[in-house]
Amino acid sequence: MHTRDALRAAGMTIVSITLAFVLLPALVVAIAAFNARAVLAFPPDTLSWRWFAKAIAYDDFRAGFRNGLIVTAFASTIALVIGAAFAFALDRYSFPLKRTIEGVLLAPLVIPHFTIGLGFLILAAELHATRGFAVVIVCHVILVLPFVLRSVYISLRNLDQRFELAAASLGAPPRRVLTSVTIPLLAPGLVSGWLFAAILSFNEFTASLFVTSQRTQTLPVAMYNYVREYADPSMAALSVMYIVATAALLTLANAFFGLGKVLNVEDAR
Amino acid sequence: MLAKPFLKAFVSPAALCAFGLIAALAAVFQFSLRAYIPGSLEPGGLTFDNFTALMKPLYGRVFLDTVWICAVTALCTLVLGYPIAYALVHTKNPILKSAILIIVVTPLFLGEVVRTYSWIVVLGNNGFINAVLLKLGLIERPLQMMFTQFGVVTALVHVTLPVMVIMLAAAISHIDPDYERAAESLGAGPVRAFLTITLPLSIPGIIAGLTTAFAWTFSAFATPQLIGGGQVNMVSNLVYQLGFASFNFPFAASLSVAGLALAFAVLALLRAATRPLEAATSH
Repeated sequence: MHTRDALRAAGMTIVSITLAFVLLPALVVAIAAFNARAVLAFPPDTLSWRWFAKAIAYDDFRAGFRNGLIVTAFASTIALVIGAAFAFALDRYSFPLKRTIEGVLLAPLVIPHFTIGLGFLILAAELHATRGFAVVIVCHVILVLPFVLRSVYISLRNLDQRFELAAASLGAPPRRVLTSVTIPLLAPGLVSGWLFAAILSFNEFTASLFVTSQRTQTLPVAMYNYVREYADPSMAALSVMYIVATAALLTLANAFFGLGKVLNVEDAR
Repeated sequence: MLAKPFLKAFVSPAALCAFGLIAALAAVFQFSLRAYIPGSLEPGGLTFDNFTALMKPLYGRVFLDTVWICAVTALCTLVLGYPIAYALVHTKNPILKSAILIIVVTPLFLGEVVRTYSWIVVLGNNGFINAVLLKLGLIERPLQMMFTQFGVVTALVHVTLPVMVIMLAAAISHIDPDYERAAESLGAGPVRAFLTITLPLSIPGIIAGLTTAFAWTFSAFATPQLIGGGQVNMVSNLVYQLGFASFNFPFAASLSVAGLALAFAVLALLRAATRPLEAATSH
């Protein structure tokens, strides 16, 4: 029993150190954000909220936030509708090119984002389309589709089809079965799929850098441009807001849907 | 033949998206074979020059660096990620389990820019590590960690760790705990039970994790760009620089195509090399 306890202690130490490594940048950024002086100092002499005020007042961040919300709202919703419909077809039917379409749609998981961004930039130029929101949204839809597809597909696998058969045998036409049985039963999978798509789209950077213009730049692009030009801690303040908001959203998602199930790290039963 | 309600309506939008992605990649491929006309955004006629220009040692070096950085990052994330994934699956306390999960997964959703910026604050000459070490009197002048491969890999490991943990945890959670228990009841110690049961059974997860980590790192742009600061370049940085600083989009496209080919070649090699291992453990 002695080795077991020693192993457990060693394992816990390793895990704690690694988790500290994961948390370190977030903690350091928080210290920098509350530091009153513009030059980084550890520990800070005086604390203040001034960098938060400056970050919130900065025009490019405000515009980026607005643009990001527009792109995210459209991209994640469109991706949800397209992805959920295709996941349904994938689960239930066989049809020509089934595996090919699935493979292509999952490809953004392995194709570098800069290649996809460059592709849509060139495509838009070839089609003489302006670099407006449309190309950014199309690009984001493609990038988040794999995640929606996966999330909805897992929910479909766990859905008891006998409910649908019962409804159909009682005379419900297919459309009615879909809207009053399948979709309500899938709701948690749909919401979590949408949420992941939204978070990923809002934070997408590399492809966005290629397809956005000054007018449509999203928040990560605005942040990138800021970091390249300025060194004051308003970026740290913005990062803290980002980290808090994301962690809060994920904690909520975990409480409602069980992140472990969505990420497939625990048995979905 | 069963009825397939909504089949067309459900498949065609997705097929359209797949077509869009293929068109975008075809556009990159097509541009990679066009001549660059300085001062013009319109490419010239068909040529193979972009690919012959890639043979210069300058680019070969960036390709080698990229593969090296990706490989080191993937291995480091595996070593750091395995204990966390194991703890995540085997922790009984639900609050502790959720806490580990949230801590590990949150960075994944923060995006590259916020994470990279955080590492600048940690690694910079006036940054956290140097400030602490100077204050403790352990060093005389700041350590140079920005603009080094060490700095870039450290930040990339942090960026890639969540994906690795998710893939490993998925694999470990699907191993029946009875196997390990059976081994121990037959007299194997916990170390032996882990080495002969859990570790071999999680090899498919390890391979999937390494593959994904490699692909993700290959895709990284902001981290090498900001922390590498021009001293450490990856394919992504070169593509961006050629596109947006020189407006040589045909050459940027050919670099992307070559990068894609390289990434797939390395991944295929990895698959081929690990196939015997995977086959040996799948029974």
